[in-house]
Amino acid sequence: MNLQANPGRGDGTSAAPASKADIESVVVRFAGDSGDGVQLLGSQFSQETALAGNSLATFPDFPAEIRAPTGTTYGVSAFQINFGSRVVKTAGDQPDVLVALNPAALKVNLNVVRKGGLVILDSGAFKDKEIKRATFETDPRTDGSLKQYRVIEIDISTQALEVAKPFGVSQKEALRTKNLWVLGLVSWMYDREMKSTMEYVARKFGSDDPVGKANMAALKAGHAYGETHEISGELSPIHLPAVKFEPGTYRLVNGAEALAWGLVAGAHLANLEAVLASYPITPSSPILHILAKLKQFGITTFQAEDEIAACCAAIGASFGGKLGITASSGPGIALKTEAIGLAISTELPLVIVNTQRAGPSTGMPTKTEQSDLFIAVWGRNADAPIPVIASRAPGDCFDVAIEAVRLATKYMTPVMILSDGYIANAAEPWLIPSVKDRAPFPKEFRTDPNGYHVYDRDPTTLARAWVKPGTPGMMHRIGGIEKDSVTGNISYEAANHQKMTDTRFAKIDGIANDIPEQGVEIGDTKGKLAVVGWGSTFGPINRAVHNMRAKGHDVSHIHIRHIWPLPRNLEKLLKSYDKVLVAEMNKGQMLTLLKSQYLVDAKGLLKVSGQPLKIEEVENAIKKQLEA
Amino acid sequence: MNVQTPPAKLTAKDFASDQEVRWCPGCGDYAILKAVQMSLANIGSKPENTVFVSGIGCSSRFPYYMATYGFHTIHGRAPAVATGLKLARPELDIWVVTGDGDALSIGGNHLFHVLRRNVDLNILLFNNEIYGLTKGQYSPTSRVGQKSPSTPLGSVDSPANACQFALGANARFIARGIDIQAKQLGELFARAHAHKGASFVEIVQNCIVYNDGVFDDFVAKEFAADRQLHVVHGQPMIYGKAKNKGLRLNTKTLTLEEVTIGENGVTVDDLLVHDEKNRMLAMMLTGLKPPAFPEVLGVIYCDPATSYESAVIAQEDAVKAKGPGDLDKLMRAGNTWQVS
Repeated sequence: MNLQANPGRGDGTSAAPASKADIESVVVRFAGDSGDGVQLLGSQFSQETALAGNSLATFPDFPAEIRAPTGTTYGVSAFQINFGSRVVKTAGDQPDVLVALNPAALKVNLNVVRKGGLVILDSGAFKDKEIKRATFETDPRTDGSLKQYRVIEIDISTQALEVAKPFGVSQKEALRTKNLWVLGLVSWMYDREMKSTMEYVARKFGSDDPVGKANMAALKAGHAYGETHEISGELSPIHLPAVKFEPGTYRLVNGAEALAWGLVAGAHLANLEAVLASYPITPSSPILHILAKLKQFGITTFQAEDEIAACCAAIGASFGGKLGITASSGPGIALKTEAIGLAISTELPLVIVNTQRAGPSTGMPTKTEQSDLFIAVWGRNADAPIPVIASRAPGDCFDVAIEAVRLATKYMTPVMILSDGYIANAAEPWLIPSVKDRAPFPKEFRTDPNGYHVYDRDPTTLARAWVKPGTPGMMHRIGGIEKDSVTGNISYEAANHQKMTDTRFAKIDGIANDIPEQGVEIGDTKGKLAVVGWGSTFGPINRAVHNMRAKGHDVSHIHIRHIWPLPRNLEKLLKSYDKVLVAEMNKGQMLTLLKSQYLVDAKGLLKVSGQPLKIEEVENAIKKQLEA
Repeated sequence: MNVQTPPAKLTAKDFASDQEVRWCPGCGDYAILKAVQMSLANIGSKPENTVFVSGIGCSSRFPYYMATYGFHTIHGRAPAVATGLKLARPELDIWVVTGDGDALSIGGNHLFHVLRRNVDLNILLFNNEIYGLTKGQYSPTSRVGQKSPSTPLGSVDSPANACQFALGANARFIARGIDIQAKQLGELFARAHAHKGASFVEIVQNCIVYNDGVFDDFVAKEFAADRQLHVVHGQPMIYGKAKNKGLRLNTKTLTLEEVTIGENGVTVDDLLVHDEKNRMLAMMLTGLKPPAFPEVLGVIYCDPATSYESAVIAQEDAVKAKGPGDLDKLMRAGNTWQVS
């Protein structure tokens, strides 16, 4: 019997394939206690999968608790990966395979598994106490809870303890090799090379460490277990051929890495050094961690005392002639708003990275949402416009970061990048770009004092000149008080404030002429229905529209990258469709923005569960719109 | 022989901007402004390498009146802006101008951290014990009982002691001066400027409109000599009209006591000798308040340590010494694969 039959719902193929040969993609979800090393298991498996040439998308889904009490449902950490022999665009609607390392992991994740999917359990963790702690009333293995799934019970705990015995490690350390045992098993299931994992273990522990040896042995034992059980007919491996990607050098990248590297690239292209000032906050902190290790690129990092100080220090750096950057998430962005206003008023470049998370207030720090569009576009006191750009996927963060640096320096303005918790943590195969091939946009500082006025503007961009303190003959004062439109001296004059406000708007509005016109991702530039998305909903919308078009429906996908100012042709484009559906992970922020700007009668597919949009949800919404 | 003419020495006037000064007539800020301009000329500062960063409040209008670079930021945040500026441009000579509300209320957090980090900035806190620009509310340094629009029955909060706050934050340079004592202020500014690290200078400053005369108990002519102790490193702590008062340590109670030379057998040798590096002494001196004790003025504490930005730069230099970064190489490090 083949217990892996019928995978394939992962990326939206609607019918389950009849045989293994038809399988294009598989969704596997690993789940366990937050101390079980599930994230490591997932990321190593992703690495192996990427090296095998499959397309993939991942979704780390972990609790805010670092180490919640063992065995509790709120301490469950999960990692989902969708991989295939065709291009994968989401982490998958429904897992085909769930590996549950304890009862709580089963409790939390079973409801998302595809009916008929495979559930692999660590039976060694299913003692009465653990079952109760996971809030099961009875043993789910015997009470019929699992009858819609194919179940393989393996006493992984005992396997791990046995394998570790010869190395003399503690029971605790031995049990912690469970993740590598599982990695061995799934590596066998999907015909993966384990070389990169072996190298990882060797690197992490060194060759003589008994814990390292135990881990290595567990990895091999899991693989051997699969081989043995194939012989007995219980399991059989699947090989998914490599995807035909564009030629080049690839790696796995997550959003935080791509964003950090994009900031380095942007600063390099602008011929500037940069100062990143940040305060720790989930899920933004990795950007600070990554840049803290890149001092050789002329990047200074500063962990400030709070979010406000972080933004202010970045502004101070920009005043000094370096590129000020600050990275945070919702609550931190809220704290920075007054300082962002200062950068708007003093017309200094500033890049603000907002890795969005579920809110309001503290909300759900480790869960994703797109609910900071309003605060990005409108969330400051007074009339205070800034450009806003959103990244669609992990690798795209690189390009978005470069674009943010370009706009910030060219137009002397703060720019906000909207990423989100999903993009930041998710990984995808990435055709590694070459910075050498990118067009540079070096920023010039003014050094000529002749005829210099602080608020003289470039006639095209309306940007004022950037002058470094230390430049002789150009001493000047700027601040948050309204300034004379030429000299920059304090001015409360009525006509001047009107002029300065109008100019600040005109400068940002004018950026619409410096960004690409809005295109259509899939479908025609007119027709029955356009599904509009932005940010990380790109994947599910794109796949859903693709699937619906394959069924003959007239639907197009429009993905907005430049949230503010909006592309200059967007109104015309939207009005060329009978209907517009905006799909986003908030209560209708882009929807409201588009309605307010264009009086377009758009409808919303709005989801705020802390989980990414599913392809099926978008498909259903499209159906509903087309039928209505 | 080729004789090089040195550049003409700048005067106080060269540090004054063309902007009309808009403080109230008689405000103590005028005197401080003059003292700073004079001091910069004496120090030999270059206007183009000097930056004044301020927050919000009467004192924070200061940068507009200086012919240097200036940044009038937002309420309480000047230390944070200045920290970013110093990290970006360590060679600049950066002065932070703030007030008691700006620095100790809304910006208390930033003041604490800029001092503990020891960022090389000169921080001038104009303490007038009142909110002036918002029309006279009590401030974190206002004394108990202060009547103001927001405390019509008198303030009940215990006031903050600016210098003790700075000491608690582990500041390495702490000085105190009086707005109208231009000469002494000039000396303090010169010392603050010379100190590498965060230099904290509290300037007691009279608000002629909302808090006039609040410091009269030690500033007014009739009390000045008897209630001002100008400490000098290595010198005994003597003050008073007749130069016969002094401070002595009571070793039994571990407190300071005022004594008179020539009375009860007290001689100069019994008096404390000022030691700038003695933190415990600084804590005692900054705790003294008139009329029971003199107000202690001058450089109260100075014990230099590595400044923040220099430590940051040292780490950066060590990394950069291994060669410049190559992003294309960095992105191709680790697990990659080729598609052909």
